[in-house]
Amino acid sequence: MATKRVRFTFEPQLIREPFIYQLGHEFRIVTNIRMADVDEQVGWVVLELEGDPDEIERGIRWAEAKGVRVDPILGDVVEG
Amino acid sequence: MSFESALRCRECGREYPLRPIFSCEFCFGPLEVAYDLDGIRESISRDSIEAGPKTIWRYAPFLPCDPEYKVDLGTGYTPLIRADRLAKRLGLDTLWIKNDTVNPTWSFKDRVVSIAIARARQFGFEAMACASTGNLANSVSAHAAAAGMPAYVFIPHDLEEGKVVGSAIYDPTLVMVDGSYDDVNRLCTEVAGSRKWAFVNINVRPYYAEGSRTLAYEVAEQLGWRAPDHVVAPMASGSLFTKIWKGFQEFHKAGLIEEPRTRMSGAQARGCSPITTAFENHTLNFVPQKPNTIARSLAIGNPADGYYALKVMEDTQGGSEAATDDEIVEGVKLLAETEGIFAETAGGVTIACLKRLVESGAIRRDEETVAFITGGGLKTIEAVQGKLTAPLRVSANQASFDEALARREAVGVGVGGA
Repeated sequence: MATKRVRFTFEPQLIREPFIYQLGHEFRIVTNIRMADVDEQVGWVVLELEGDPDEIERGIRWAEAKGVRVDPILGDVVEG
Repeated sequence: MSFESALRCRECGREYPLRPIFSCEFCFGPLEVAYDLDGIRESISRDSIEAGPKTIWRYAPFLPCDPEYKVDLGTGYTPLIRADRLAKRLGLDTLWIKNDTVNPTWSFKDRVVSIAIARARQFGFEAMACASTGNLANSVSAHAAAAGMPAYVFIPHDLEEGKVVGSAIYDPTLVMVDGSYDDVNRLCTEVAGSRKWAFVNINVRPYYAEGSRTLAYEVAEQLGWRAPDHVVAPMASGSLFTKIWKGFQEFHKAGLIEEPRTRMSGAQARGCSPITTAFENHTLNFVPQKPNTIARSLAIGNPADGYYALKVMEDTQGGSEAATDDEIVEGVKLLAETEGIFAETAGGVTIACLKRLVESGAIRRDEETVAFITGGGLKTIEAVQGKLTAPLRVSANQASFDEALARREAVGVGVGGA
């Protein structure tokens, strides 16, 4: 089992979708939300994903394919 | 002596021992170094600072590392230049330029890396690492070389040759990563978790980021122990911007300056402006962007400190602006032509946004303003190539020169004194 800490960002058209619920049901991943905020322009969730490393990767790819932006919790680490 | 007391979560306030960690185990919020400011206050004075070395180490009691471990290339105490010609062009009474292009690797990154490598050595790390498109890579490579430490520097595959050479000269292990910026971000985050390296902006980020406070300390000291009315600083992750404000506040708490009433304004490239866009939309929640700008040193689409930068603007009644690529080039040229300072594209962003802020009335004419120029222009010459006045081409005789100069003067460009 592995854990991965990520930040999901949702554009307005995705905010109403139950992504976290679906992620936990369509993949063998435990989702554990630690911080989140939503307004009319953007929504974001900081969470820990727990599961088999390959399953976590599949879950992340699925979320990205749905239009969710997935980042490390630190944001971008490639600096100028 | 140093006075760092703990790492504190910027979200929930939980405290942790001083270790190489960067996020809160409870809420995953970012950690920041906390200090014993009373201890600092008792140990320093204006006189003791003025008697120190003309580097960032004159502020050693404020820095989160034991100076015994420092790798000193001479970073900091860079000039604060009164910019009357530029002020006049922009319509300001008093403008100062903090010229950080003159650091050892020609950018402000030497400040943050100085702290990161000192703290890394104090922790017992034997290798340094970073992910960067330029300035940070140069600085980590140079400092590691001077310390005799191996350095692992991750760069995107499509970097310009000049930026690769600027790190390669110090002989780090350069890792050129195929894939998008998001892929590089993800890889580096994973590598940082799997190797016992000091990854300067990941596992030692809380210490690294503190180095930017020295910009505020220097400006306050150079202004005669006071903070300016207004600051304009470039924003990538937003860290430098927030740390400048923190620096002024700490100097006040340490009894060195009056309470700062500085208004803090940020500058971004329009092609990567998540913080400015959020400011314009009156929200503290920024939307990450895919960068597309010539100001690559500011091209952070998902800024780690974006929320905190927006809070600083809100708290100080500051502002935020963004400049197009054309405006950035004009900003680089304007600073060079009026003040003799050749900045990289991030400096062009700062000057272009300063111009916008003055024109919109966000900065009043009578506000004493400091603009932060954070990197040297030789790093980004491709941005201005082909956009400058061409040299006069003459034959090697007086008549040819006289004729060419007369032709140029008739046109009225490139004859100086603008």
